Amino acid sequence: MSQASTEIIRISAHAGPVPGAGIDREFQVCKLVDTTTCIGCKACEVACLEWNGYPFSETTFANTYQTMPETTWNYWNLIKFNEHERADGSLMLLMRKDQCMHCEDPGCLAACPADGAIVQYANGIVDFQEAHCIGCGYCISGCPFNIPRFSPAARKVFKCTLCNDRVSQGLEPACIKACPTGCLHFGTKTEMKELAETRAQQLRDQSGFPDAGVYDPAGVSGTHVIYVLHDAKNPEAYGGLPKDPHIPWAVQLWKKPLKWIGNLGIIAGVVGVFVHYLRFGPKVVREDELRSHGEIK
Amino acid sequence: MSREPYLLPNGRVLRYTFRERLVHWLAGVSYVYLLLTGLAFWSPWLFWIAVVLGSPTISRAFHPWIGIVFLIAVCLMYSMWAAQMGETSADKAWWQAIGHYIRNEDRQVPSADRFNPGQKLLFWGFFWNAIVLLLSGLILWFPQSIPWNLRFLHLAAVLIHPISTLLTIALFIIHVYMGTAMERGAFGSVIRGDVSRAWADTHHHSWYQQLLRDSARK
Repeated sequence: MSQASTEIIRISAHAGPVPGAGIDREFQVCKLVDTTTCIGCKACEVACLEWNGYPFSETTFANTYQTMPETTWNYWNLIKFNEHERADGSLMLLMRKDQCMHCEDPGCLAACPADGAIVQYANGIVDFQEAHCIGCGYCISGCPFNIPRFSPAARKVFKCTLCNDRVSQGLEPACIKACPTGCLHFGTKTEMKELAETRAQQLRDQSGFPDAGVYDPAGVSGTHVIYVLHDAKNPEAYGGLPKDPHIPWAVQLWKKPLKWIGNLGIIAGVVGVFVHYLRFGPKVVREDELRSHGEIK
Repeated sequence: MSREPYLLPNGRVLRYTFRERLVHWLAGVSYVYLLLTGLAFWSPWLFWIAVVLGSPTISRAFHPWIGIVFLIAVCLMYSMWAAQMGETSADKAWWQAIGHYIRNEDRQVPSADRFNPGQKLLFWGFFWNAIVLLLSGLILWFPQSIPWNLRFLHLAAVLIHPISTLLTIALFIIHVYMGTAMERGAFGSVIRGDVSRAWADTHHHSWYQQLLRDSARK
C-alpha cells in the first residue's frame, strides 16, 4: 500500500514497457500453524513475550504439559495441550498454538462501540488501538474464539497483534521466527492456504490421517491464522477450537435490526409528541368551573 | 400523606413534598446522564456525546456508578410511592377512555387519584426496567469475569440492556412531553412543589376532592 506512491506506471519517452508493470501484489497475510509438527516447545510463547516486552507469567501445574490455563492480557500466545484418545484406543497429544485468529469478519470489531479502538488493516490483521479503547469489554462478547483479555490495571483490552509492527516493516511475526520445527509459516493468504492444503493432502495420503484438513472457518469469512489439523472434523479436541465459529447472533441482532428499530422508534417518539402538541395542544385547566362553584376566587 | 398540610395557606395545593422533589430529580439527573452516555455507546453517530461528557473512557467508567445512583433513587421512589401506585378498579375505565385523554377531551375521562393510571404505568415501567437494567448492567460492568462457558449471560445482557433501555426511552419521551408542554403547571409542581386548585381539580379530581373532605373534617 505504501509503495503505491513509488510504483511507476508510465514513463515519458521510454522505449519498451514500464519495468515492473502488471505486477500484482497480494497484501493479505496469513500465519500457518501446522499442529502435526508442533512439539510444544513454547519457543513461540517466549518470542512473543520478548518482542512485545511482557514478563514471563507464573506457571501452574495441573498434571499436564499445560503451563497455564489460558492466555492473559500480557500473554497473547499459548500452546494448548490436549490428550486425545483416538477411535482405536491409542493416545495422541494434541498441541495447538492459541492466539488471535485475525478473522476476515471480526466479531470484536463488530461489537466495539468506541470510534477507532479496533481496526482491520488491508493485510487482514485485526489490531486493537488501546489509545482509543474505552475498556467496555464488548469485544469479548463479539469474539467467537475467546481471545480479547481485559487488563484491570490499564482498564483496556489487549490481544495478539500478529506483530503488525514487524509485518509492516517487512519482517515475519516473532513467533514464526522462533519456531524450531518449521510448524509455523508466514506469507500471503494464498501461499499459506496452498501450503496447508499440500500438507493436509500429505497427511491424508501418506501418514494415515484420513480426516486431516485445513482450519480456515467460513463462518467468519476465513481467518488470517490457519491450522493444519490431523482431524479437521473435530477441531474442538484441540483445546476448544470452535467447529463453526461466527459472530454471535446476539451481537448481530443488536448491531443490525435492533439498532435501527430503536433509532426509528426514538425518532418516531419525539416526532409523535411534537405532532400531538400541534394537533391537540396543552390540556386546559377548568378554572371557570371552579370559579362558578366558588372554590376559587 | 394526610399529615402534610396539602392545602396551602396561600390558596395553592402542595403536589409534591420536598423529599419527593429531591428524589425525583436524583432519578431524573442520573437517568439523563445514563441515557446520554448510553446513547453514545449505542450509535457511532452519537459517540460525540461521550467526548463532550468528559471522555469516552470516563463515560464508560462512570456509567455503571451513576446507574447505582439511579437505582438508589428508584428504590427511594418505590418506598415513597409504591403504595399509591396500586391498580384500582377505576383504572380500567380510565384506560378505556385513553383516546379521550389523548385528544384532551378530559371531561369524558374518569377522574384520577393522586396518580393517574398513566403515571402508574410510568412508575412501574421504570421500576421493573431499572431492575432488568441493573442485572444486565452488572454483567456488562465486569465482562472479563464472566467465564467462557457462561458466555450466554454476556450475550443475553448485550441484547437485554438496550431493549430495556428503549422501553424506558418510550416512557421518558412521553413523561417529559407531558410534564413540560402538555400539562402546564406539572413542571412547576416538581420544582416548587405546588399547583393551583384548578390544576389539582382538573388533572387529579378524586385526589383534590379527598383533600377538601379531609380538611373539612379537621
